[in-house]
Amino acid sequence: MAQQAKRALLDDDSLLTEKESNMAQRIKQFLLNNGSLLAGEKSDTVQRIKQFLLNNGPLLTTIVIFILLYLVGGWLYPAMQKPQVFFNLFINQASLLLVSIGMTLVILSKGIDLSVAGVIALTTAASAALLAKGMSPFVVMPLMLVMGIVFGFTQGWIIHFFKVEPFIVTLMGLFFARGMAYIITLASLTISDPVYRYLALTKVYIPFFEKAYVYIPTLVGPVLLLVTIYLSFFTRFGRTVYAIGNNEQSALLMGLPVARTKLIVYAFGGFCSATAGIVFSISLLSGYGGYAPGMELDAIASVVIGGTMLTGGVGTVVGTLFGVLINGTIVSILQFNGTLSSWWTRIGVGGLTLIFLGIQSLFYMRQKHS
Amino acid sequence: MVESNKDVIVMKDISKSFPGVQALDNVSFTLKSGEIHALVGENGAGKSTLIKVLTGVERQDIGVITLEGKEVSIRSPQHAQELGISPVYQEINLCSNLTVAENILIGWEPRKWGRIDWKKMGSQARQILHGLDIDLDVTQPLGSYSVAIQQMVAIARALEISSAKILILDEPTSSLDANEAEKLFQVMRKLKSEGLGIIFITHFINQVYEVSDRITILRNGKLVGTYETGSLSHLELIAKMIGRILSDLADMSRIKLESSKYIKEDALLQARGLGRTGDIEPFDLDLHAGEVVGLAGLLGSGRTETAGLLFGIDKPDSGSVTVNGKPVKNYSPLDSIKRGVALCPEDRKAAGIVDDLTVRENIILALQANRGWFKYINRQQQDELAEKYIKMLNISTPTPDQLVKNLSGGNQQKVILARWLATNPQVLILDEPTRGIDVGAKAEIQKLVLELAEEGKSCVFISSELEEVLRTSHRIVVLREREKVTEFSGEVDEHKIMEAMAGSGSS
Repeated sequence: MAQQAKRALLDDDSLLTEKESNMAQRIKQFLLNNGSLLAGEKSDTVQRIKQFLLNNGPLLTTIVIFILLYLVGGWLYPAMQKPQVFFNLFINQASLLLVSIGMTLVILSKGIDLSVAGVIALTTAASAALLAKGMSPFVVMPLMLVMGIVFGFTQGWIIHFFKVEPFIVTLMGLFFARGMAYIITLASLTISDPVYRYLALTKVYIPFFEKAYVYIPTLVGPVLLLVTIYLSFFTRFGRTVYAIGNNEQSALLMGLPVARTKLIVYAFGGFCSATAGIVFSISLLSGYGGYAPGMELDAIASVVIGGTMLTGGVGTVVGTLFGVLINGTIVSILQFNGTLSSWWTRIGVGGLTLIFLGIQSLFYMRQKHS
Repeated sequence: MVESNKDVIVMKDISKSFPGVQALDNVSFTLKSGEIHALVGENGAGKSTLIKVLTGVERQDIGVITLEGKEVSIRSPQHAQELGISPVYQEINLCSNLTVAENILIGWEPRKWGRIDWKKMGSQARQILHGLDIDLDVTQPLGSYSVAIQQMVAIARALEISSAKILILDEPTSSLDANEAEKLFQVMRKLKSEGLGIIFITHFINQVYEVSDRITILRNGKLVGTYETGSLSHLELIAKMIGRILSDLADMSRIKLESSKYIKEDALLQARGLGRTGDIEPFDLDLHAGEVVGLAGLLGSGRTETAGLLFGIDKPDSGSVTVNGKPVKNYSPLDSIKRGVALCPEDRKAAGIVDDLTVRENIILALQANRGWFKYINRQQQDELAEKYIKMLNISTPTPDQLVKNLSGGNQQKVILARWLATNPQVLILDEPTRGIDVGAKAEIQKLVLELAEEGKSCVFISSELEEVLRTSHRIVVLREREKVTEFSGEVDEHKIMEAMAGSGSS
């Protein structure tokens, strides 16, 4: 029977019925198209998939880890399966997301910004003080953004033109910012401005999800994320950031605007920190020099877990989003557990960061073509 | 199609000096359109300075540069690029994380409504590479391709961003294998046929003959001459690069002749099939007590790498070394010292003297390392050792406690020599011991090496100055392009050695 069929396929179609003939044609065509694949040779598509996985390995790993963590959480604590829990991630991590976005670009350029939490604190303290003095919130908020930009720009200036290590400059920036915050107000200062209150309390309901909501400030993060994705991949600025992170000398020799780009990167970092500070001050409705202690470290961890290497030039801001979400998921799981200390979050994040650093080096070592 | 054989660049009577050294002395150089012009010369000949002047990194002190008939004053690297002078250096100045297309076009990316048009950038890049007969996936990061391909991309960018009139390739084949180099030459020939003038700097003589139309030779900052490639034999080229042989042999040849009687039969150190991928092809070598073996070869031929393998600081990828019959298993400097092998490194400053320590401290350094943490050499012993070697090697220093960095180059070299002699080695490997030293000190050191051999040591003497090697060695090993080519013993004809260094004999 097989022999007959074989002969029919290969030799004489007229021996078959019309139905069988069509079938034979289809099989022949399939063999023709996919012969090499079946024979074990690597087709173009398989190669492309392999290359895609290799190029984006760390990011995909991060996303998978996030999904796994969330599923584990949902399995351990059924209450975690409610949609609001997911949106709470965005509500609670809003400030972290904002500073991490800025931090991503800075780290991509092979720099670092330790001042972010300080700028947040300074922003909350300054906002509270100015609002208490009766300044309009519509003046205070833009003013804070300008302050953040100037702060970041100044740091960038010192880093590039005086050739001082970003670590040192931004560490000094951290001390300066927190110090200034405490000078403005030694104790926590309440914000009672109605606009702030409105922003803090008004729920925005998510379409398609019953009863799930976020607040208005929560939306700033995702919007800024989209903007930054555009910047990273569709502007010369973004590509220059990547180039500088890989090899600043080469970028310079290639004619790219290195100085300008570095200044903008740090200014953008300051802008993100100030934005985070505004969001922070809205959610707590107060200002204080001691807020967000150590958030710079959480931001750096989120960026690294998201697949961005501290050596610069590699990584995406999309990964950072998932790094932040992972951070938030660990916090949520601990909250639902209720018994473990919240410091386990730091341990969890710390451990994950180390694992990711290991995964990163594996992937980036194997990226060589033959 | 650009008119071929027009003078594109004329550099006339260029002189440039830096504190302490005349890098270029009245050098003239012309590049025609549609030619590949090789620029050759040993270390310190002035090649890089000439190129730096042409690419705007340095300004000449005296001399005129004319570009396509018009006199130009090249202010900066950016200015040079604007003028159409495109350098591509040995280190690939691109960003390995960006895609191939980006590396070619960034700064001039095609845009659509303000944002980067990736699709168009890809097709443009593909087109540019097609012009160089190259076909690859331009959407992959540059770092995922081999160095050879990265170099092609660098060339593509260099040509693309300025309407290049001149392409300068500085040692482009150093990291390429034979096939990749051939591909590069195909690209070069194509560009040449389109009227581009190419300056090709290399120390691979065979490649000079394979691809260039004319050769310019520099030596010690001066122009030796510009020749049609076909009119100059390999031998003549080498001879012009190295310079004429000094015929002052007298005292040295006497010592050499006498001491050759005392060369021991048995090999002190034996290397069999010793090699390291990319550095030096597997070779055999025997070193005998009482003998000076000279290592001759041009820059890049693998002399320092050979020294490293013999000493034991580099782990070989193939083969073995035995010292006194015992095979070497541990590859560290300390183990080598314990075995009685010593290496005076090529780069005195980086790998030799410890600037801020005194003469005495530098001298006892290796000996102390040999004895370890606990068998400290007390002050009296140190002083004795220092005095002994200062006298033996005639080191000119006011006291043994003078900081080494304050000594002249020649005396610093003697200090390093003393250090290694203090460990009482059986095998002494000297890599360029006379580099950068005045003539008097040079002669002293050469004599010293022969005397050490007379005392029963086995010496390896590496130098890029052929006359030195000839004068000092009982036996000469010739290296060429990372391969041991041959050995010469007894009375040797310098021409034969140069032939071996050059390769294919007469043109």
